[in-house]
Amino acid sequence: MEVCLLAGKIMLENGGETYRVEDTMMRIASAYGAEGSQSFVMPTGIMFAVEGAETSTRLVRISQRSTNLSKVTQVNDISRRIAGGHLQPGEARKLLKDVECATPMYPLKIQLVLAALASGCFLILYDGTWSDMPAAMLCGGTGFWLLGRMTRLSSIRLFGELIAALAVGLLSYLVVHLGLGQQHSTIMIASVMPLVPGLLITNAVRDLMAGHLVSGISKGAEAFLTAFAIGAGIGIALTLNG
Amino acid sequence: MIADYLSQAIASFVGTACFGVIFQIPKRSLMQCGLAGMIGWLVYYGFIRADADPIAATWASAVLIGLIAHYLAIRFKVPVTVFSVSGIIPLVPGGMAYDAMLNVVQNDYQGAVQLGAKAFMLSGAIAVGLVFSEVINQLVKRVRTRAL
Repeated sequence: MEVCLLAGKIMLENGGETYRVEDTMMRIASAYGAEGSQSFVMPTGIMFAVEGAETSTRLVRISQRSTNLSKVTQVNDISRRIAGGHLQPGEARKLLKDVECATPMYPLKIQLVLAALASGCFLILYDGTWSDMPAAMLCGGTGFWLLGRMTRLSSIRLFGELIAALAVGLLSYLVVHLGLGQQHSTIMIASVMPLVPGLLITNAVRDLMAGHLVSGISKGAEAFLTAFAIGAGIGIALTLNG
Repeated sequence: MIADYLSQAIASFVGTACFGVIFQIPKRSLMQCGLAGMIGWLVYYGFIRADADPIAATWASAVLIGLIAHYLAIRFKVPVTVFSVSGIIPLVPGGMAYDAMLNVVQNDYQGAVQLGAKAFMLSGAIAVGLVFSEVINQLVKRVRTRAL
């Protein structure tokens, strides 16, 4: 029971799809001989019940969600091994605890550099010129850094995204003004790309397809809000520059 | 022409792989992830170059990315999202949304709604593309189990 909940919690907190979380928990439960288990997973909480000789139900609240797909992959591997009958409950619990406490695979600095690089690459994809690439990298990196900063400062993600997008917009004007770049619109578009909620979009679609209407719609709403915040930030930047 | 395709290929490969790092994808999957993104983007780019409708191009590319992601996920025993998530990022209609916002700021709401609807359709095409690849995958699975 505890192993199931821990596995589910880690997956959900790190960006696993809802149906995958439910599936994993049921598989672990049946591997450990609990027939007729029921799970109900939403983006903000897990309810899990085991029926049998001693019926019990537990509830876990998920308050923090971030993206760490390598943890999801690790839990996936562990659940495969459990289903194959290679892991005892005690060992599995220890392994899952290790995964939960593990530090992110890529430190923030590397993420920052690569987010900047990604912005530069997207500039090329959106028909930008190579000479604008450093400018896009600068703007994109700043935006990503600010998003990280702001989310630590306030728990409202929407605000952080708005500020980050606004900063990107203003900075791209500044960069063009200083002569480091030519097309401020392309630079701006490429630089906000690291803020785009790609994982939410994919997961929302996949959850809706799997019949998890509640989770799918709420994730879609979250993605929409993020997109709206980015749009509003860029909009403010555009207005300020008339 | 070839140089164009080459630079697009490199940029999409590096760009999607970088996105993989932002999503904390395991190191051993990063290469395949970039590859999925690159193939998807090249298909989209090819369609656009051939003057195809952007919605159709986005859809085709999303289907392809979904199929590749499914294949890789089964091959390497890794959740599907790992591969599909960064592949679809370049398809997100950022430019269109930007133009829509520009129109809003200039008080041209008619133009804004037009562009916004277009951007919405494009993101819909991504979603429908992913759904299609899922359906194809399920059909293949069913045929295989029946054949056994």
